[in-house]
Order: sequence, then structure tokens, then C-alpha cells
Amino acid sequence: MTDILEAPVTDVARAELPSWRLVMRRPGFIVGALILLFWIVCALFGSSFAPHSAYAQQLLATNQPPSAAHWFGTDQLGRDVFSRVLVGARSILLVAPLATLLGTVLGTALGLALGYIGGALDAIVGRLVEAVLAVPAVIVAFLFIVAVGASATTEILVIGFIFTPIIARTVRSAVQVESQLDYLAAARLIGESRRHVMFAEILPNVMPTVLVEFTVRLGYAIFTVATLAFLGFGVNPSTPSWGSDINANYGVIAAGYWWETLFPALAIASLVIAINLVADSIDRVLAG
Amino acid sequence: MAIYLLRRLGLAVITLWLLSVIIFFAGQVLPGDPGRAILGPFAAQSAVINLDRQLGVDRPLITQYWTWISGAVHGDLGISYQYRTPVEPMLVSALANSAKLAVFALILIIPLGILGGVLAALYAGRAVDRIISLSGLSLATVPEFVSGIVVIVIFADGLKLLPASAYPGPGASFGTQLRYLILPVVPLVFEFFGYIARMARAGTIEALESDYARTATLKGLPRPVVIFRHVLRNSLLPTITVIATQVGYLIGGLVVVETLFNYPGVGRLIYNAAMSKDFPMLEAGVLTIGAIYMVATLIADLLNTGLNPRLRTGVAT
Repeated sequence: MTDILEAPVTDVARAELPSWRLVMRRPGFIVGALILLFWIVCALFGSSFAPHSAYAQQLLATNQPPSAAHWFGTDQLGRDVFSRVLVGARSILLVAPLATLLGTVLGTALGLALGYIGGALDAIVGRLVEAVLAVPAVIVAFLFIVAVGASATTEILVIGFIFTPIIARTVRSAVQVESQLDYLAAARLIGESRRHVMFAEILPNVMPTVLVEFTVRLGYAIFTVATLAFLGFGVNPSTPSWGSDINANYGVIAAGYWWETLFPALAIASLVIAINLVADSIDRVLAG
Repeated sequence: MAIYLLRRLGLAVITLWLLSVIIFFAGQVLPGDPGRAILGPFAAQSAVINLDRQLGVDRPLITQYWTWISGAVHGDLGISYQYRTPVEPMLVSALANSAKLAVFALILIIPLGILGGVLAALYAGRAVDRIISLSGLSLATVPEFVSGIVVIVIFADGLKLLPASAYPGPGASFGTQLRYLILPVVPLVFEFFGYIARMARAGTIEALESDYARTATLKGLPRPVVIFRHVLRNSLLPTITVIATQVGYLIGGLVVVETLFNYPGVGRLIYNAAMSKDFPMLEAGVLTIGAIYMVATLIADLLNTGLNPRLRTGVAT
């Protein structure tokens, strides 16, 4: 009996093994993963191999253009832009993945409940989700950050909560497809509890959807964290952060000091593009 | 059709009401006493209490919500804490400015996105398709302020071709306004080109593979006729829906673009209101954006139903 019930689960698990090999073979994945790896190394060890301190101010050498000593020039306080870009990977790579993880866990649980239990709960939560989604995520996020005060924890919670309904919606439709299948009817017939059906039967089968959703949302999380920092909701102005550094220095582009904003901007662009190359590769392989 | 319309409208009104409740009570979490925020830290406590009474913020929340929402329904959005003037005139002029920017952006985005998507579909799987799809995806995921800075550095600072700020000042001619809006529009175009191209591509590929397209080809119609008369008519349906739902995201992009290019639109208005805890202005701005999004989604649905008769009788929620 248990053999038959668990069969679909193991089949999916087995089917995923070769597909990972297919993912690894895609050039887009390799390029994306390498760029991502570079930024992860910078986030972890950036301060130990950066040529200068990311914090040290040289007030006699402010706004210096890129040179052999300072590859990306120096900013308005004479700090080395190259070192700040390397070390700045840390704040965004800490907040964005944790926020995405929170949103994915909560969203998956909510999606399972909405899709499987349905009924009035589904209708009420569906309306609430619609109402929240009617306002752009960035605006919702900065309203809450203004209200609660800026900190890494606030950012993780706010972005995680904004992602929850979005991920729940995707998981919900995947669950509704699964609910029609025979193995669930069998599980219900032998009297398995609701919780067991949702987490032990349905969840493993919607995992591919959850995985794709996680990688796609991670790109959006980076986007949102960077945008919030740019709007001035960054955590601490002296901590190197790409978005905050752009916010602090975009006013002097007109004076010709373009390197202070351009290089952090390119760093953000490379990171989001890398994540999307990875997400796109996984999505395409899973879609067949 | 009439019943369907009423149903959709009813749902939109309920959602909007929920949004107003969420905004109002979320706004109450904002720290600080409005009277204190206006008068500053050195004002006497008695003056602060007086002003709070005058503003009505010392009453129970439910009463405050009722006053606010019944005023809003009649078009009275309250008095801005920050400027001490009614909210609507400022909101209306900001909306007009944002609309200029958004319309200019849409005029560029829609044809470019559709053209890109159809081209990608016609050359599906080949280099043209890969380039369009990948660049669309990459551009869409780069935050607006990043692409905005790149274009400012190149075109305003480097080549000195265009102004780096978006607002020429009051009373500028149409041509001047347009010239000032060219750079701010670029990040918005980047942001949405990919989405629209993706939808247009998917729709076109589906239509190309359909039986009626094959029949048309097999009965000897020239390829342009098959594409323009048979394929595109059907393939652009989902694209229209996407364009309308993207209007909401476009407004989110405006907050960033208007801040970067120093443009007095509704995005910057909301941003400034949040920064200075100007609660009536903030509520009015966010509610207006929500309403615009609802209307856009509703129009998308109606267009979709109007163009696809099969949906009219279906279960629509």
C-alpha cells in the first residue's frame, strides 16, 4: 500500500536527477553561476582581498577619477570605490536571499492551504492579496520601513511578507492541478490527515514550481533591496552598499564624477542578470 | 455581459475598499504625533495638543477612518500636513505630470515590445530570438535607477546631448518637455520591453502552430498574409492584457525614475509624503495608485472579453 502511494514521489525525485545535469550544461547557467559565485566570494571575504579599506576616508584625495591606484576612482569622502563595490556585495546578498526564503516558506504554506482547503478562506485571502498587489511592492516596502525604522531585519520581514501572497498564488494554482490527480484521492480514501496530505503528498510534487519561484523572486528581491537603498532606506550610510552609495553620489554626476555611481550600478546589473540567467535555465529545463 | 460587468465592478470596489482600510490602519503605525511633526520639537505641548484636536487626529480611529473615507468618496482628500493646503490640487498636478511620462513611455514600449516579440517568434530558436529574449529578460530585471544612471552618465554627462533632469520648469513648450522626458523614459522602456515582447512571442508562437495557420499556409496564402491576417490578430490578445496589468508596475517604476530625474510626479509626491510623514497626502496618493491599477486591470479584462467572445459566457472571477 505505501509503495503505491509513494511511487509518484520517488518517480519525480528520480526524474529530477538528469534534469540537473541538463541545467549544468546550459551556457546561460554557467555564466550566471560564475558571476553569482564571484559576488558570493566578495560578500564573504571581500574585505580581506579588497586593495584598500572600504571605510577609510582620504579627504585630500576626494573625487579622484579611475587610476592605477584606485581602479574605480574615489568618492566624495575619498574612499576607494573599487573596494566599496567588492565589500558592498555583502549587505545585498545577506538581505535578499533571506527575504526570499521567508517569502517562499510562508508563501508555499499559504498556497498549499489555499489550494487544498479552498472555500471561504481562499475567497477572503484572495481579495486581500488583490488589494495588496494593487500597490507597487516598492511603495508598500518603504511605507513599512518608514513606519518601523530601517534595519536589515525590517527589510527581510517586509520583503518576505510582500512576496508571500505572490508566491502563494503560484503555488495555489500548482496545488489545484495536483488535487485532481488519483494519488490524492487514494490518500484521502485511506484517511490520511489534511496536514499529511498537504505536506507529505502534495508538497514534494509542487517542489519544482517552488524552486523556480524562489529563483525568480530572488532576482526581484535584489531589485527591491537595491531600489530601497537607492531611495535612501538603506541600513547604515557608512556600510558599503551599492544602492546607498549610488544614492549618496548621484548628485555629483553633473559635476563629472560619474565613476562613483556607474560602478555600483554595473555591479547591481551584473548580479540581477546573473540570477536571472540561472533562474531562466532552471525554468527552461523543468519546462522541458 | 451586463452581469459580468457588474460582477467585475463589484469585486473591484470591494478590493479598493479593503485597500483603503489597509492603508489607513497601516498609516496609523507611522511613529510620531502629527501635531508634533508639524510644529517641530521645540513647540509647547499645549500647542501640539491643540493642533491635534484641530486636525482631528485625537479622535477614535474608526471615526477618523469614517471622516476620511466619506470625504474621499466625495472627492475631498483632506489637508496636507506638510503644506497646509488641500491635497487634491497637488495630487492632480502630480498625476498630470506622471501621466505625461507614462503615456510617452507606453507610446514607445507597446510597438517596440510587440515588434520584438513577433520577430522573436518568427525566428524562434535562432540567434535573433535568443538575443531579443535574453536582452529583454536582462533589461527587465535591472532596477530603473541603474539603467537611468547609465543613460545619464552617457547622454547627459558624457555626450552632453540631453538634460539630466526631467522637468524644464513651468510653461515650457511641448517640444522642450518632450526633450526633457527622453532620458527618464529609457529606464521605463527597458523595464517593460521584455515582458511585452515575451507575451507577444508566446502568443505568436502558439498562433503559428495552430491548425488555422497551417490551413492558411497549405492553401497557398503568401507568408505575410498568413502572419498579418491570421496569426497576429489572435496572438496579440494576451499581450493586450499584459500591457494593462503592467500599468500598475509602471507606477512603481515612476517612484524611482521621478526621484532620480527630479520630476514632480505622483511617485515623488508619495515618496516625499512618506519621508515627511504627511499622512493625508500619503493615503490619497497610494489610494489613487491602487484605483488606477484596478481600473487598468478592469479595462484589460473587458478588452480581453470584448475581443474573445468565448470568455463572455465562461465563469469569470
